Amino acid sequence: MAEFVMPQLGADMTSGKLLRWRKNVGDRIQRGEIIADVETDKADIEVEVFATGIIERLLVRPEERVPIGTVMAIIQEEGKLPGVEALPIPAMTEVPAAPKIPTPAVLAPPSSAEVGGPRVHISPVARKLAADLGIDPVSVSGTGPGGRITMADIEQAARARKAAPAEAMPDRAARMRQIIAAAMARSKREIPHYYLSTTIDMSRALAWLRQENLKRSVEQRIVYGVLLLKAVALALCEIPELNSIWSNGKVMQCTDVNVGVAISLRGGGLVAPALHNTDRLTIDDLMKSFSDLIQRARAGSLRSSELSDPTITVTSLGEQGVEAVFGIIYPPQVALVGFGKVTERPWSSDGQVSSRPVITATLSADHRVSDGHRGGLFLSAVDLKLQEPEKL
Amino acid sequence: MTYREAVRAALRKALRSDPAVFLMGEDVGRYGGAFAVSLGLLAEFGPERIRDTPLSESAFVGAGIGAALNGMRPIVEIMTVNFSMLAMDQILNNAATLRHMSGGQLKVPLVVRVATGGGRQMAAQHSHSLEGWYAHIPGITVLAPATVADAYGMLLAALREPDPVFLFEHATLYPLEGEVDETQEANDIRRAVVRRSGSDVTLITYGGTLGKAMQAADVLHREGISAEVIDLRALRPLDTQTILDSIAKTHHAVVIDEAWRTGSLAAEISAQVMENAFDDLDAPVARVCSAEVPMPYAKHLEAAALPKVEEIVSAAKEMISRHG
Repeated sequence: MAEFVMPQLGADMTSGKLLRWRKNVGDRIQRGEIIADVETDKADIEVEVFATGIIERLLVRPEERVPIGTVMAIIQEEGKLPGVEALPIPAMTEVPAAPKIPTPAVLAPPSSAEVGGPRVHISPVARKLAADLGIDPVSVSGTGPGGRITMADIEQAARARKAAPAEAMPDRAARMRQIIAAAMARSKREIPHYYLSTTIDMSRALAWLRQENLKRSVEQRIVYGVLLLKAVALALCEIPELNSIWSNGKVMQCTDVNVGVAISLRGGGLVAPALHNTDRLTIDDLMKSFSDLIQRARAGSLRSSELSDPTITVTSLGEQGVEAVFGIIYPPQVALVGFGKVTERPWSSDGQVSSRPVITATLSADHRVSDGHRGGLFLSAVDLKLQEPEKL
Repeated sequence: MTYREAVRAALRKALRSDPAVFLMGEDVGRYGGAFAVSLGLLAEFGPERIRDTPLSESAFVGAGIGAALNGMRPIVEIMTVNFSMLAMDQILNNAATLRHMSGGQLKVPLVVRVATGGGRQMAAQHSHSLEGWYAHIPGITVLAPATVADAYGMLLAALREPDPVFLFEHATLYPLEGEVDETQEANDIRRAVVRRSGSDVTLITYGGTLGKAMQAADVLHREGISAEVIDLRALRPLDTQTILDSIAKTHHAVVIDEAWRTGSLAAEISAQVMENAFDDLDAPVARVCSAEVPMPYAKHLEAAALPKVEEIVSAAKEMISRHG
């Protein structure tokens, strides 16, 4: 028997609303299939399931908002008899052993209300009532002795929520702003960032790309951004400590390279969904995945694993005319790579000055995990990859 | 009828109905008892059944145990709980233990009445509340009648128990007036009683502090807080269920106990609430107990050392937060 739980689809997500089930009780479902649509503060997400079997029970109704980790469905796994094992096995442990080690469950940082965060000062009965009413105690201010949240405070919060639903449920843009605010404030508060930058000669890469695109139909043409993503992914294979997760005071290196792409949304805010196994995709496949991801991000139909799996983020503000971007790391990741615009600059090499297209690549990295030396090697590796575009 | 008269009425009823019953203790006969509880009984029942004893608690409690072992129904009066320390060896090592050590062959149907508590300027050797120590001992039943009706009914009920029963009579209660139904045979001595029902906070107490808890509930009522008052009645075994049922409703509890706070019955009740009602609590359990000093003689110091109505009120108010 496997449990399908409300996934954590972002560092600061504490709850999600079930929009609809894609499957019914008795349906057969395959690992990787979409089981449900879930609304988070950032987007409506298509959530995949990590077990194969028959859906035995659906425990949450559409429009219900539940905390992350809530069991939403029970799946009777194939080849296993009901009631045979006493302990539900967390779905992700069933992933074939190698090479995929990082799992959403491991990657997901603990929410502030759980381990690692500040302890909420709340009475036992108030805690129970808050859970029953679906009120996040973190959002309630306590009036009891020493600021303890009492039962009356939770009842008051429930009344306030009822009286002013608009206030309690701000529109998605406002909520996303809050989520970004929380994640970025936490990042700047907790992560000792260091920043490096280098200017990369893009003439070879762009020349190669021009030649390649001549062979392709208009729809299949590749944008230079895809070369940057692939170069970053390959460089990460050489400097793997930047492809890590910081969780509970420990660094965990990820075996998969899932580059998150920062995508700004039209309604404001941004998401950074992952391109799974970026290092192993061909340029053409990467291009396909990339445009698919952008379209879906803007349409609000991302998948749960795309939001939970990035192991690093790449942001590019070149289109906005920015020369260099020094970004803030998205926890629990430990590095962020930024690219500015491609610009023609006088370039001196071998005693010759010529005009070349160049781009500024920057690295924001977590000094708890890596040092400037390794960060520098990483940027050099990105540079080198872009000098041999045919190998990308 | 007063509490004193209610105890006397119960004694008289027991003495009349069962020839095995007799009363023994210091000054219970010719003097009529230190608190005049047994006044007049010597004339009615004679010196065989109303027996004055030497000033030796160990001896006359031990004699009571021996009589009980041999088929009598002795009622032993100990003048104050402080003096009962002298009989502790007999109580713990014999009264509470013999049934167990004899594999059930021996039984000790002994009733001991003990005056307890302060508030009468009797100083530190006559004023303490040590009933919590007795409640620590397996093998005995410990009762604390707090009302006139219970003074009557619980004594009669104690005489039906097959094992030793200790009745702690708070000395300030003897003049208390109340109603007694003398046709009633015996009261249930296993259950606590809700003396006043309320919804915001549970005041848990027994014996001499019941009156203070009731007064505190009146004050709280005027301030918009609805207090439920539980009279424990039995200190061993404790009726935990009545306490838990109340806390499930009020989510707040104050324990009022005239004994010292450390290692007290109030501590035991707090622990049981924590163990069994953790998820119902909206605030830590509060305790109002006596100051941890030997009871002072000076009137103002004694008053300061004992639990006060205002302390109960402020403990209850402190744990309840109000909106609007």
